[in-house]
Amino acid sequence: MPGAIQSLSRAAAILRLLAGGERRLGLSEVATGLGLAKGTAHGILRTLQQEGFVEQDPESGKYQLGAELLRLGQSYLDVHELRARALVWADDLARAAGETVYLGVLHQRGVLVVHHVFRPDDSRQVLEVGSMQPLHATALGKVLLAYDPVARGELGGGPWEAFTARTVTEPAALDAQCALVRERGWADAVEETWEGVASVAALIQDRRRNPVGAVCVSGAVETVCGPDGAVRPALVASVRTAARAISRDLGAHRF
Amino acid sequence: MTASHIAAIDQGTTSSRCILFDADGRIVAVEQQEHSQVFPQPGWVEHDAAEIWTRVRSVVRGALERAGLTAADVRAVGITNQRETTVLWDRHTGVPVHNAIVWQDTRTEALCRELGRNVGQDRFRRETGLPLASYFAGPKIRWLLDNVEGLRERAEAGDVLFGTMDSWLIWNLTGGVDGGRHVTDVTNASRTLLMNLHTLRWDERIAESLGVPLAMLPEIRSSAEVYGEAVGDLAGVPVAAALGDQQAALFGQTCFAEGEAKSTYGTGTFLLLNTGEKIVHSYHGLLTTVGFRIGDRPPVYALEGSIAVTGSLVQWLRDQLGIISTAAEIETLAGTVEDNGGAYVVPAFSGLFAPYWRSDARGVITGLTRYVTKGHLARAVLEATAWQTREVVDAMQKDSGVTLTALKVDGGMTSNNLLMQGIADVLDVPVERPYVAETTALGAAYAAGLAVGFWDGLETLRANWHRAAEWTPKMAADTREREHRNWLKAVERTMGWIDQDEQSEL
Repeated sequence: MPGAIQSLSRAAAILRLLAGGERRLGLSEVATGLGLAKGTAHGILRTLQQEGFVEQDPESGKYQLGAELLRLGQSYLDVHELRARALVWADDLARAAGETVYLGVLHQRGVLVVHHVFRPDDSRQVLEVGSMQPLHATALGKVLLAYDPVARGELGGGPWEAFTARTVTEPAALDAQCALVRERGWADAVEETWEGVASVAALIQDRRRNPVGAVCVSGAVETVCGPDGAVRPALVASVRTAARAISRDLGAHRF
Repeated sequence: MTASHIAAIDQGTTSSRCILFDADGRIVAVEQQEHSQVFPQPGWVEHDAAEIWTRVRSVVRGALERAGLTAADVRAVGITNQRETTVLWDRHTGVPVHNAIVWQDTRTEALCRELGRNVGQDRFRRETGLPLASYFAGPKIRWLLDNVEGLRERAEAGDVLFGTMDSWLIWNLTGGVDGGRHVTDVTNASRTLLMNLHTLRWDERIAESLGVPLAMLPEIRSSAEVYGEAVGDLAGVPVAAALGDQQAALFGQTCFAEGEAKSTYGTGTFLLLNTGEKIVHSYHGLLTTVGFRIGDRPPVYALEGSIAVTGSLVQWLRDQLGIISTAAEIETLAGTVEDNGGAYVVPAFSGLFAPYWRSDARGVITGLTRYVTKGHLARAVLEATAWQTREVVDAMQKDSGVTLTALKVDGGMTSNNLLMQGIADVLDVPVERPYVAETTALGAAYAAGLAVGFWDGLETLRANWHRAAEWTPKMAADTREREHRNWLKAVERTMGWIDQDEQSEL
């Protein structure tokens, strides 16, 4: 484990100082408060200012916390907000596809199911909201791995658990699949989680194009895939349309 | 004719919408426009009926354009509307004689007390199923006749017509001054305090007591039959259904059989229970109303219970207390704790409604200890909606003898899983959410489609209803009983807060 990077620690200390009781501080106050040379403190403050984390009052020359910090704190999208905004689109997707629809987000090295729409055949089905699915073996997970560096980081190095003979367990193979996902804009998982089940997923983004989750259609391999064994193109189109519609709805939202 | 769509006009309190449906009941296009709210005095709420008609024409045109359809593609149009809102207009010019008086408007409260005479607010309940309250249309007509100069004489001469929003739209859609049909449907008529529930006709005795000339009242028709043909953008399309909004939601949820119930969760909540061909009088503060009537088939009645504060309690937490920043966040906050920590919230903001009807009650938060966090309060807020639902359902079961086996839900709050699970838990029955969230417009479309044979019967419509989610009860019986006892204790603590002399000023 390498030691802490000194300038980052000092930057953090400055931010904490500015967040404390006295809201606006001059350069010498910051330097004295943290026992830093004025030149050092000035360098760090200027870098923080360029990143928008610190602002300087043009009149007094004093420093205060910047708006970017506020945006960082608010960028977290509440999963229940995501569900509320996705509701109509997820319903429509399930009806159009005739299959189950899930919405998932990254949570503790897995995919947390935050919304579930039943297959529209009125058969006995149990709501799976709150359950977890594996990142490496589902279409939802592969979308998150492909677009969210945090997800890929959390998954770490393989080999991962094989749920079926078709589960991708090696990092090289999975990373190649993720590259393909980014290239074509959707992911599939055909009998990789459960025998006989196939799913196809696409990315949900927020206003700033951050990956916030994924939406998928899941069903029997016979109905999800065509005679050639590949996911039916019409289904792919429906999932991508729904993902775009949900993303659009999130974009209209003020974070 | 190959017309393959049904249009629904949903004329609501804040906006008008036109939704086009295909044969599977799926939405093809939606167009929506808001209209102005007029507040001339505290407690008074009015709409400009002429503006509403302009908006309605515009959304119909917009929806057709959006879908790339013309009138020839529309087989029928159905109407659903804000209930009880009252408009009077000149039959020769088509011009409203005054702004429409909206259902929330309380200007007729004193008049209603006066009309109750020595009997009180239940004076016309046996005939109409309703208490004498300011919501309903009858007293609003009387107020207009008393307060608009020369109106009574014109009304008695037959020059002025009355309608709820359905009548106003049908009259205009079918030609207005040029042969427009002056009709209303049984569900809207059942909210006037003027219709006899047994005969489905205007009650002459009550009309006389209220001072409303029969000449100005529309003909009462069923909810699903061809009232006339539209002119204008929908030229030639049969105007074939009208249902009040809550009844339309009941119909859209396909609660066609006795014992089926729906609950719409919005700012407030409306529960309707289909009681079949029976008129069930309520002894627990519910309303008796017509659910729907298809053509010349027997009418289907319903019991209605409303909860004033449900979604608005979550808004209160957001806007007044600032504990959450969006309504959806309440679930996140409530999810941080396992239970309510012993805290209960009873949102009797303007008294207790069904089944208590105590205007001297005010809201409480009770059971507070040092242990209670904002997470517990968030949970207590969601539980308040669940327990209020339970109390209305209990009242319905006592009045009707029907035991609920499942509850169909719709409305904005159905996206809250914790709440829906909570409702299933306290009712001890499954809670079901259908695919189409727009159950109100769908109900109007269904009724219109039935009337013209676009759909062949109720069973076809039932087959269109699909479960998108189901919450099954998980709470242990002893927990449910304990929580119910605590809720009832909390409710008790709201009563008697307002003293008698303060109350008379309200």
